[in-house]
Amino acid sequence: MCKLDKSFARLVLFSLTVFSAQLTYAQSTQGSKFPGIGRNATPAEVIAWDIDVRPDFKGLPKGSGSVAQGQVIWESKCASCHGVFGESNEIFTPIAGGTTADDVKTGKVASLADRKQPQRTTLMKVPTVSTLWDYIYRAMPWNAPRSLTPDDTYALVAFILSLGEIVPDDFVLSNSNMAEVQKKMPNRNGMTRNHGFWSVNGKPDVNGSSCMNNCVKFVQIGSSLPDFARNAHGNIAEQNRLYGPYRGSDSTKPPPAKLPGSTGEGLAHASDTHSQNTKGPAALFKNENCSACHAPNAKLVGPSIADIAAKYQGQGGAQEKLMAKVKNGGAGVWGAIPMPPQSQLSDEDRKTLVVWMLSGDK
Amino acid sequence: MTKKQIELSAQDISAVEKPINRARLVKAPEHFIPQELIADINANGLDETRRGFLRKGFFSALGGVAAGLLAPSAFAAGEGDPAILEKQEWQTTLGKNVATMPYGVPSIYEANLIRRESPGLTRVSAASVAFTPLQGLFGTITPNGLHFERHHQGWYNLNPETHRLMVNGMVKNARVFTMNDLMRMPSVSRTHFIECGANTGLEWGNVAVPTVQYTHGMLSCCEFTGVPLKVLLEECGADLKKGKFLLAEGGDGSGMTRTINLESCLEDTIVAWSMNGEMLRPENGFPLRLVVPGVQGVSWVKWLRRLEVGDMPWNSKDEAVHYIELMPDGMHRQYASIQECKSVITTPSGGQQLLDKGFYNVSGMAWSGRGKIKRVDVSFDGGNNWRTTRLETPILTKSITRFNIDWVWDGSPAILQSRAIDDTGYIQPSIKILRDARGNRSIYHNNAIQSWKLDSNGEVSNVQVG
Repeated sequence: MCKLDKSFARLVLFSLTVFSAQLTYAQSTQGSKFPGIGRNATPAEVIAWDIDVRPDFKGLPKGSGSVAQGQVIWESKCASCHGVFGESNEIFTPIAGGTTADDVKTGKVASLADRKQPQRTTLMKVPTVSTLWDYIYRAMPWNAPRSLTPDDTYALVAFILSLGEIVPDDFVLSNSNMAEVQKKMPNRNGMTRNHGFWSVNGKPDVNGSSCMNNCVKFVQIGSSLPDFARNAHGNIAEQNRLYGPYRGSDSTKPPPAKLPGSTGEGLAHASDTHSQNTKGPAALFKNENCSACHAPNAKLVGPSIADIAAKYQGQGGAQEKLMAKVKNGGAGVWGAIPMPPQSQLSDEDRKTLVVWMLSGDK
Repeated sequence: MTKKQIELSAQDISAVEKPINRARLVKAPEHFIPQELIADINANGLDETRRGFLRKGFFSALGGVAAGLLAPSAFAAGEGDPAILEKQEWQTTLGKNVATMPYGVPSIYEANLIRRESPGLTRVSAASVAFTPLQGLFGTITPNGLHFERHHQGWYNLNPETHRLMVNGMVKNARVFTMNDLMRMPSVSRTHFIECGANTGLEWGNVAVPTVQYTHGMLSCCEFTGVPLKVLLEECGADLKKGKFLLAEGGDGSGMTRTINLESCLEDTIVAWSMNGEMLRPENGFPLRLVVPGVQGVSWVKWLRRLEVGDMPWNSKDEAVHYIELMPDGMHRQYASIQECKSVITTPSGGQQLLDKGFYNVSGMAWSGRGKIKRVDVSFDGGNNWRTTRLETPILTKSITRFNIDWVWDGSPAILQSRAIDDTGYIQPSIKILRDARGNRSIYHNNAIQSWKLDSNGEVSNVQVG
């Protein structure tokens, strides 16, 4: 856009604002119960915020994007979380997979009923193509929402649809052919509103029993917490009061052999009640959002702390090298996904974090 | 001072206030502060430098008592209980000044009762859940610092000065309101529960988590203050005859959007800025959120920035990909919103340990998204025989009601259950009834009767019966 166009646009916008602001004032006292409260929105304000797209495509901006364009954007902005083919189950549940050519015909994903798919992907569930467009445009990428253009969004939706073989690899999605694509969505007939949960007056699908005495023949325990999960949520003793009638079980140990007795003697006590430190390197790591990409032991977007510690163990100059990497960002050591520079960190915090990581979260 | 510095000093205070171990008798930290400093503070008051000295004093005090465990409260037969016979520190010395904690925090002995994540439930903490420790709560109100958290793209402290609410769509004029505007309007204050649609969702297939914090902790209850949605929509000239649907949109990165059923929710929905007497907490939507009584928490859009009146539902991501319920025939129930009648015993509950036989006050919470709680029964034998509990008042619609029942435990194994009945006559179902109707892959709206097994060793665990 040339300079003249821009200033013209600004002028138009300005006049519109002034015009509607004046209009507002006249209207705000007319028929209002609350004079002096609120004002009319300007057209530019409504355009800026009203970005939702409905299933009937109301709100869909004009534009287009091809599968090939989508693939390029996907690989740079989406694949790190969702996988190159939308198949990743590392960070979020998979986007693509589990739909068939037959589903595209029937509009109902067969594997939802036959349970042949271990997990439900987005394409197995989503009934409307508008949903994909609306959400990607409003909220993706995860760490930089509202950074995609409408054309980027068309391209990404086209790419996702191609992963599910809903459109061919050379497809160009646009506002004019979205309605046709909708007719191919594999789970377009898979939703029901035939239930009593939409309205407060809806009819419940089940009801319990109000029987008071001799209600069941046998009491059978159908499910209980497996032994291996006893301590999976941390020590329960540290999640209850250490006084009063209801203490927590020490889940780091097997169940006690007998009742502890009213003094609580013999009851295993939690030694540390403050596992949730708000200070120290682990807390800093979380507060600075490092944990969004790095976990203690598992690889997320970035390498695990354990892997980092192992790689640099015993290496001279590792601390300085990593401190520079944290400050300036880096790429290539752990894969193609670059780590953004963390210039917001003070030198002291950077040092704390790097020393802590090199020690392997000790 | 910058905002960050303020937050850091709050952390300093909480670190100072947390006990290092279970010491019952902790020497008052003041004793570790040099007399000169006390004299100096008395003469000149507190400034930042002197505060810094105080902090150091507190730290060294705590280090000094790290091994200061006292013997259990039991006492050998003799003159009596040392807790009575011996003078305590707090009876014989001067206590802390007023406003030592300008914003008060719970006792150091309450440090175990905090919001917690369920390990492995989600893989990214910015799109995760922190559960309310129901096992430690009393009454019906959730303290603001313990209200459960569920974010879809992280939380922020939004600036209330620049926060705007836009109302558009099928209205006479699209309108913009500032916080100044909204807080001048006629407000209401009402107590309601909020429950995530996925609360207890981990338990559809089998027992998965140990305690009531994780089975039921996506539940909270607050007194909310705000302007009624109806007042706001009418002020904007909404066409409520044709516009039966409302889109609520959040101002966070996820731009959370949910369709609200105006036919069902117009009368009691609130555009709220306050919870429990103070402004909303940032994790709960400061400065503005929607309160949709009886409806699942995801619809209570936080950081609310826009309301749009329309004539059809929007099928947003969280109503077309998530928050949909898979039925055995492969169909998904969409727009299932109401949280039906449910209850749970919170003490004793899973993961807790009873010390001895004898009398206990068994207590829990009951709530219904369709109205008021009418009755709660409790069984101690796995559902064979039931007794009706005492309900604490006031009993409010779409709010938590506390129930209590006396019980003398004879030391033999027991299975404790509660079942609530609301004023529509609906009775909380068993997990078997729910599975028979909906299978076990629904994730959402599990309002089954909860069973807690009490073993003769006093340990309580999570089980499913039948």
